[in-house]
Amino acid sequence: MSFMSWIDARYPATKVWNEHLAKYYAPKNFNFWYFFGSLAMFILVLQIVTGLWLATFYKPSAEEAFASVEFIMRDVEYGWLLRYLHSTGSSAFFILVYLHMFRGLMYGSFREPRELLWIIGVVIYVVMMATAFMGYLLPWGQMSYWGAQVIVNLFAAVPFGLGEPLSLWIRGDYVVSDATLNRFFALHFLLPFVLVGLVFVHIVALHKVGSNNPDGIEIKNDKDENGIPKDGIPFHPYYSVKDTFGIGVFLIFFLGVVFFWPDVGGLFLEPPNFEPANPLKTPEHIAPVWYFTPFYAMLRAVPNIMNSQFPGVVVMFAGILIFFLLPWLDRSPVKSIRYKGNLFKWALGIFVVSFIVLSWLGLQANTPMNTLMSQIFTTLYFAFFLLMPIYSKLDKTKPVPERVTK
Amino acid sequence: MSEEGVDLKRRNFLTASTAVIGAVGAGFAAVPFVNSWNPSERAKALGAPEEADIGLLAPGGLLRLKWRGKVCWVVNRTEQSLADMQTLTDKLADPNSDVTSQQPDYCKNDTRSIKPQYSVLVGICTHLGCSPTYRPEIAPADLGPDWRGGFFCPCHGSKFDLAGRVYKGVPAPTNLVVPPHQYLSDDVILIGEDGGEA
Repeated sequence: MSFMSWIDARYPATKVWNEHLAKYYAPKNFNFWYFFGSLAMFILVLQIVTGLWLATFYKPSAEEAFASVEFIMRDVEYGWLLRYLHSTGSSAFFILVYLHMFRGLMYGSFREPRELLWIIGVVIYVVMMATAFMGYLLPWGQMSYWGAQVIVNLFAAVPFGLGEPLSLWIRGDYVVSDATLNRFFALHFLLPFVLVGLVFVHIVALHKVGSNNPDGIEIKNDKDENGIPKDGIPFHPYYSVKDTFGIGVFLIFFLGVVFFWPDVGGLFLEPPNFEPANPLKTPEHIAPVWYFTPFYAMLRAVPNIMNSQFPGVVVMFAGILIFFLLPWLDRSPVKSIRYKGNLFKWALGIFVVSFIVLSWLGLQANTPMNTLMSQIFTTLYFAFFLLMPIYSKLDKTKPVPERVTK
Repeated sequence: MSEEGVDLKRRNFLTASTAVIGAVGAGFAAVPFVNSWNPSERAKALGAPEEADIGLLAPGGLLRLKWRGKVCWVVNRTEQSLADMQTLTDKLADPNSDVTSQQPDYCKNDTRSIKPQYSVLVGICTHLGCSPTYRPEIAPADLGPDWRGGFFCPCHGSKFDLAGRVYKGVPAPTNLVVPPHQYLSDDVILIGEDGGEA
């Protein structure tokens, strides 16, 4: 009896290997856009490893946090590298996930039967944002402090007298303080493992329904006599090799930033954050990190209604949560942008432009012109989703081929 | 296993009641976990009243104090500022301090203060909690010719006058909070306690 059969009689090792890698058939026409899922997983692992190492030096207390980060930067051997890998990693994680989501929008990967796969993905995105937000408080710089103060105060806008106690409960104090820092550190340590669990569920869901592809064709509908999809190739070795190569190319760019431009001109590491938190003084200009700015711009776009900023908070969260509804908004008979008409292409283009302009606006100071632009692009952002049932039906689609194309 | 002779009604009742009792128990078990996140006794104790001597505060000057970890301001307003403030009524969202949660009853007056000269405010913007900047100058370039001194929030552009009254059309919904306070003598102020005098 071989070693593997001894194992297999007690644990389904070979079975799992085959089901998910060696005999998992993925469409053969994956392109450039299919790198980002595996790259995001790679970054998650990198963040957990560098984060664990940083946690062995970092001190989560208001007295010591800022100094302990400087200690890591100056006195710990390779501490600067661990920290820059982690700080650049968080921005890279968002870039990769935004590209991964854009791929889904282009090729209709959220459509039936992949609704649940998409929903799990959006949950991952939301948990990622929570993780990043809490992590940003830890260096205890001016931007960390006042960013957290503003975001926690968003919860105070909840009406019916629930808001104030809620924000007080989140902070554990009357302002952001040592208590807040301590609990954010604990949660920032926990949430990445929740993410690992969610990614596992995401992949289980993916392997149940099978991968979509740039043509939006279900390869499972056309199988050969052995029950293998004619347009499928085994994930391992074909895509495992492709993805490994992708990691290599990605690392060239990623490490280029880590070594030569870790603050990216104040975008990845904001200048006020090199100053210790001062609860008595707000910096002249505060803005969240770039990956939150589209939603921050939406918050600022909505004026006070009935003496309450709650509507703005609702619009901001709606901007994130509306992704959950996407599978039921698209009424087009085809999935992929390749066979959709001009209406969808324009809508997607306008959506991407709105997202980028809102990101930029969220970094700028408040002026009447910027507020007006935020209002226009917030409207366009939501129009992409809310008008989709109409324009996706009117759109002139092309016939979808039987088999995947090159 | 045979289903014969099983009293399904009784079984369903027992299942449901076990589930309900279990849920109630889980609810009680959650209480310590949830409550431990409320402000601790120490955080509450740091909310003790703050005493300060304001005798040396020059006219037009601002003193920063800390009460409950929040920044508090005492501003010594000049005669000119007090006169200017009364001309702003049309530009303010709540000039008469009608929103009662924002000040104690004894400060619901023209100057939002016990002594007209001294303005006592919690220095935290009622929008999203930034600390506004003290801008006492008259008509600076960035705030326009009508500016008569006050506070400007750098985060989202809210404006307040020297009594912490919010301007119309800015993100902040209400006036700045006047904390409960009292004068222990002519020059000594106690923030956080008003001796129950309302």
